[in-house]
Amino acid sequence: METLIFFLFAALAVGSAIVVVTHKSPIYSTLSLVLTLLSMAVLFVLLGAPFLGAVQVLVYAGAIVVLFLFVIMLLNVQKEEAAHVDRGAQLWTAIVGVIAFLGMFWLAFWRTGLRIGGPAPQPLTQEFVALRTVAVELFGTYLLPFEMVGLLLLVAVIGATVAARRPGAPDNSVDDLPVYASGDEPRTDPLRSGPDPRRPSVAEPAYKTKEANV
Amino acid sequence: MNQELVATLLKYAVMFGVFINVAPIMNWVERRACAFIQDRPGPNRVGPLGLFQPLADALKFMFKEDVTPSMADKPLYLMAPALALLPAFTTFVLIPFGPDIQVNGRTVPLVVANADTGVLLFLAIASLGVYSLVMAGYASNNKFSLLGSIRASAQLISYELAMTISVLAVLIPVNSFRPADIVAYQQAHHVWNFIPQFLGFLVFLIAAFAETNRLPFDLPEAESELVAGFHTEYGAMRFALFFQAEYTNMAALAALGATLYFGGWSMDMFGIHYPHNWIGAVLGLATLIAKIAIAMAVYVWVRWTFPRFRYDQLMKLGWKVLLPLSILNLILVAALTVAGVY
Amino acid sequence: MSAVPISWYLLLSAILFGIGAIGALTRRNGIAIFLSVELMLNAANLTLVAYARQLGSHTGQVIVFFVMAVAAAEAAVGLALFIAVFRQRHTIDVNRMNLMRW
Repeated sequence: METLIFFLFAALAVGSAIVVVTHKSPIYSTLSLVLTLLSMAVLFVLLGAPFLGAVQVLVYAGAIVVLFLFVIMLLNVQKEEAAHVDRGAQLWTAIVGVIAFLGMFWLAFWRTGLRIGGPAPQPLTQEFVALRTVAVELFGTYLLPFEMVGLLLLVAVIGATVAARRPGAPDNSVDDLPVYASGDEPRTDPLRSGPDPRRPSVAEPAYKTKEANV
Repeated sequence: MNQELVATLLKYAVMFGVFINVAPIMNWVERRACAFIQDRPGPNRVGPLGLFQPLADALKFMFKEDVTPSMADKPLYLMAPALALLPAFTTFVLIPFGPDIQVNGRTVPLVVANADTGVLLFLAIASLGVYSLVMAGYASNNKFSLLGSIRASAQLISYELAMTISVLAVLIPVNSFRPADIVAYQQAHHVWNFIPQFLGFLVFLIAAFAETNRLPFDLPEAESELVAGFHTEYGAMRFALFFQAEYTNMAALAALGATLYFGGWSMDMFGIHYPHNWIGAVLGLATLIAKIAIAMAVYVWVRWTFPRFRYDQLMKLGWKVLLPLSILNLILVAALTVAGVY
Repeated sequence: MSAVPISWYLLLSAILFGIGAIGALTRRNGIAIFLSVELMLNAANLTLVAYARQLGSHTGQVIVFFVMAVAAAEAAVGLALFIAVFRQRHTIDVNRMNLMRW
């Protein structure tokens, strides 16, 4: 039963990974990544880490990939056109790569009899799978890295907010945008002087009537 | 092994039977309640008090023509309504609906999946609900749908944070992620969690409205702003699927709120202790359904009372008000638990 | 005795890492490169959890937790940079971001 689940979700993970890497439309790539993440969450649970499986779905599939989708929709990223590839070179490189991979596979597995990780692991105990054990490790031995990761996330939030800001705007809040009369906006370009010829100032009307000329 | 499978299937059948009826009943309740609030009769032609109106609506949905926009992204467009139902109908397997009962000498906990990471799994699966909104909005090839789904994705992940932290605060005194343990804690202390954790309950309440796209947070599907938001291009049966998914999501979050803050299936705060047999199971299920019904009534009441939040007001509320409040609640609860009060 | 030897998980992780590496090297769309990098990170996570199971220790799982947090931070900053670059160049094609090429 465990073998069946493993093969099913491993095949799903590999299949959707290939779609991520090859599909032209970024939305389809992102949705295939979600499928990959969900199958990896199942594999985590199979490996005795249910907390990580739940966190994977909650954080990775539920927030990070939504951020990707949000940015794709905001920027209206189009489908990628096919690149000009040298098919001959691609074929040779692929053949060499496959031979290398199969050689590595043979070295790693067939000579050691499918036991690269060492002896078979102990069966899962209730204590290994329990949340309490992970929590004790996380908040005990690894408390300092935990706090540092929190600081890192804070830095990332600040960095992302600053990096994505519109250049020149004082603040992105709607309430305190400065109100300029036309022609009075401060010029940010030091190479130009004088009023902006594209925008008429308030003092000059767009047309001159006969009365004004008098 | 086989007995466990049969027990799980039976429990799932019970919960499924409860949650599949939410959408038709809520259809009637919503229309009659909104009519009552707006001082008009509401549907009253189809059957006594308009009680067969959901049936008429279902027939209409089945026979109406399904129109697909020509430039729509067909696979995503067709998959989105079906995908909307998946998280809605998966999350309720984690909600306990009665005390442990004794059957054939074995103790059967009355929850379909007694997962060790129960509440975390609930939040994780509920967070997958955003994908159907995103797919629907993107695939419709329609500016208003795209705007609706952009707003929906930003709104959902913002309020998910505040909700998760307020849920965390509930878990601190309980020392466990299982919903059954949370109910047991409330039973043992004879107090429902919304009294000692009132701030967290408020945050959860507001975040629950935002998570289910209900007014005053329903910008993704705002009728007067975005035509119909992300489900503009969906008619007939597909719209019915979105509709059903939204109400089932509401019911699932209401069930979670009832379990976390109102004692779930138990009434031990009033001194009533349910026996651990069939009668207790039925009473527990009835209590849970009653609590969910009251929560749904509050949902409807709020919807027809308040105006809608503007998008930037919505994001400000989520990040600048609810998130600090929920963190404050977490710190308070942690401090009080360490001090031994909780 | 588990039915699935750990080496199979490691092989799966290697395959996923390879697919991610191919994607990161081959695609021109910036978002697709990002997705391939996330795939590689996930493959590394799978290796860590597999070894946590093998050695009976939870260190691997804790490290995976940190890797997920760092991946979230990296995704946020990277996408913000994409938005900033997009404002200037109006494209995500990484071949067009060639201002510093000689």
